[in-house]
Amino acid sequence: MLQQYSGLGIYLIAAIIFPFIIVFVALILGPKRPNPEKLTTYECGLDTQGPTWVQFKINYFLYALVFVVFDVETVFLYPWAVKFQALGLFAFIEMIIFIAILVIGLWYAWKEGALEWM
Amino acid sequence: MMPTIVFGVLSVIIIGFALAMVLSKNLVHSAIFMAATFVGVAGIYLTLSAGFLAAVQILIYVGAISILMVFGVMLTRRGDISASNLFNKRIISGVVVSAALFIILGRLILTSEWFPSSFSVPESTVGPIADLMMNAYVIPFETAALILLAAMVGAIILAKGARRTR
Repeated sequence: MLQQYSGLGIYLIAAIIFPFIIVFVALILGPKRPNPEKLTTYECGLDTQGPTWVQFKINYFLYALVFVVFDVETVFLYPWAVKFQALGLFAFIEMIIFIAILVIGLWYAWKEGALEWM
Repeated sequence: MMPTIVFGVLSVIIIGFALAMVLSKNLVHSAIFMAATFVGVAGIYLTLSAGFLAAVQILIYVGAISILMVFGVMLTRRGDISASNLFNKRIISGVVVSAALFIILGRLILTSEWFPSSFSVPESTVGPIADLMMNAYVIPFETAALILLAAMVGAIILAKGARRTR
């Protein structure tokens, strides 16, 4: 079982090391000619306004809630996807019903304007 | 031998990130360290041959709960976030409670009689779950969707306020 996931571990280690290598290489090779204008905080090319840590509106929390619901749905999708070939049509219809029930929730969130950008 | 090494490495990762979470002064950083701790715990599940549990741990804890924590922190900001997770003065009582919990848990683990299962580890942990979920427990499975729907609708009503009917 552990050998089965050794590839995952190697992948994880490579994924963690790789960004450090990129930053390190950029640190060595890149020319450094800083001036005050370059050293200002980058915010889409505009001058930054106000503090970085602002309080978010409660409306954004709804995105998180909708995300969490579909995240939990993924937990149910995963075993079904693994055994998809063996389970056949009946399970497929069950899963369609399952997803349809959750899509009602998405439709409700949409209708209530929970997905509107404030 | 190999599982022991993996367990050791994972333990170091988990304890390290857990300490970073507690010691970090910024609550948002604490939340990120907490997510990393959960990834380590998922690794422990993999060493126990519980692949599905590891996937659930990643999806639910690292995905959902950390997101909710980060959003919760960002919604209830008070004052300076870079000093939002400071230590308080109750060090002695904290040490006493932690030590008591450690001693109780350690004593229970050491004095318990363990009954290792004689069953061998199943080839796939996900497959049987899928079979049970799709065949024997169809109704609970669909009920789970309804509960999720109710949770989502309830949360939207709580956050947005119910619309008044005419």
